Amino acid sequence: MTTDKEQLTSGQRAAPADVLIRLEGVHKQFGKHVVFKDLTVSFRRGETAVVLGASGVGKSVMLKLILGLLKPDRGHIFIDHTDVTTLRERELIPLRTRFGMLFQGAALFDFLTVYENVAFALHEHKRLAEDEIRRIVARKLALVDMQGTENLLPEELSGGMRKRVGLARAIAIDPEVILYDEPTMGLDPVTADTINELILRCRRELKTTSIVVTHDMQSAYKVGDRLIMLYDGGVIADGTPDQIRRHGDIRVQRFIHGDAGLTAAPMG
Amino acid sequence: MGFLVRIAKPLALLGDFAVAQVADLGNFALFSAQMVRWVFTDFTRWRLLRPQLYEVGFRSLPVILFTGAFVGMVLALQSYFQFEAMGRASWSGAVINLSVIKELGPVLAGVMLAGRVGGALAAGLGTMKVTEQIDALRALGADPIRHLVVPRFLACFLLIPFLTIYCDFVGILGGYLVTWNYGVDAYEYWMHSADVIENFDIFTGVLKSGFFGAAIALIACFKGFQSRQGAEGVGRAATEAFVVSFMAILILDFFIVMFLQALYDALWGRVSIFV
Repeated sequence: MTTDKEQLTSGQRAAPADVLIRLEGVHKQFGKHVVFKDLTVSFRRGETAVVLGASGVGKSVMLKLILGLLKPDRGHIFIDHTDVTTLRERELIPLRTRFGMLFQGAALFDFLTVYENVAFALHEHKRLAEDEIRRIVARKLALVDMQGTENLLPEELSGGMRKRVGLARAIAIDPEVILYDEPTMGLDPVTADTINELILRCRRELKTTSIVVTHDMQSAYKVGDRLIMLYDGGVIADGTPDQIRRHGDIRVQRFIHGDAGLTAAPMG
Repeated sequence: MGFLVRIAKPLALLGDFAVAQVADLGNFALFSAQMVRWVFTDFTRWRLLRPQLYEVGFRSLPVILFTGAFVGMVLALQSYFQFEAMGRASWSGAVINLSVIKELGPVLAGVMLAGRVGGALAAGLGTMKVTEQIDALRALGADPIRHLVVPRFLACFLLIPFLTIYCDFVGILGGYLVTWNYGVDAYEYWMHSADVIENFDIFTGVLKSGFFGAAIALIACFKGFQSRQGAEGVGRAATEAFVVSFMAILILDFFIVMFLQALYDALWGRVSIFV
């Protein structure tokens, strides 16, 4: 259980003014399975943080905790100094409109068309004329290269197209933060790279803070300016992509090289 | 010591089961309360209600008509010979029609709705849960109960009285066709029916169906929301939705009949079709 001394925890590194989201002493378990034990981690405004970890380590749970979709058993989650763990469902709604989330399987509403999916949050939260909504939806679909698909149903889309429409829906109301849950999972390498490019484009054009949960290292290196690795209910590594590549912890090296038999960090 | 453990373990399991059931009931009560609050405070979404009205009303109609007609006919077959043996074949109309209007129409419409719609609602919402669509609704700042449960509840609650009336109508028609086939005098058949069936009986049947529709929708939606991961979880939610709705219909029926019977007795006094 060695942690590289050079890797400071995000809480220590981030100046309070920069911190947008902070999980403090979070404990979460499902039945007897403990997911997080005293997890403390912060995310700074404007950064693209990639959360890494093996399947079942709690990466998606972390995103759901941040959005208030799940409540921690103990600990606090601060968004702009507001403790979201104390908020009721109705009080969470204004906060959620500041976020966009791309779900693992895109989670498009299968009873709505692509247009209705992307326009959903606009209909729900903005008092805009339908023509204006139509223009925004067209713009967001163009941003993810899905123009002309407005009338299709989710069942008519491929996996990659669903992810892109899911992303268009997530950015429809110009959120401050975008949460990506395994954005490249289940996609072929070329489509996965297209999604990575879209994440970079969203960051560039929308100036959002992004948290990307993945176990795809190629994606992590490409989109992340900070990588955080979860292991056994806590953070074992936190740093820039270069720092993570050179990380001394064998568990980190095994993960990033995808080699369970690795006994020492590869040289160079 | 071993003996105590052997006794204590089943007791502990029983205790766990009881606690889980009470917790489930509490969650169901909260779920229902949230649904009712949305119905009365903010539901103006015709766009969401329209497909549910079509699914619950129009698409349930064939099965309800089919069931109602055959139940009326079977009831006529069963009762005709009994009344004929007493030399009062035309009285069978009173029994057939009263049974259809007061009990069989609403209960069968409820059971068919529980089977056709309840299972589908639970499976549909269960699938939405396991594919994270319900989480996606919440993530977009929307309330899943308002968007998914309220339209389904309103469709079941508002349309089951009409489905019951259709079921009653074809049941009565089916019963008449069978007795007519045996040569029962039409005038006497309908006269005896009209003598014993009161507006209160029709009201009783329709009122009951409203409760059944509400129970089916709430139970099915709750089971869908509680669905566990995977195809097995969704399948189980659908099965449980039907079984629990079916039991709820029978239990509600008992208590509503008991209450309405007492109300009738208090207002008009006790009567019998044979007196």
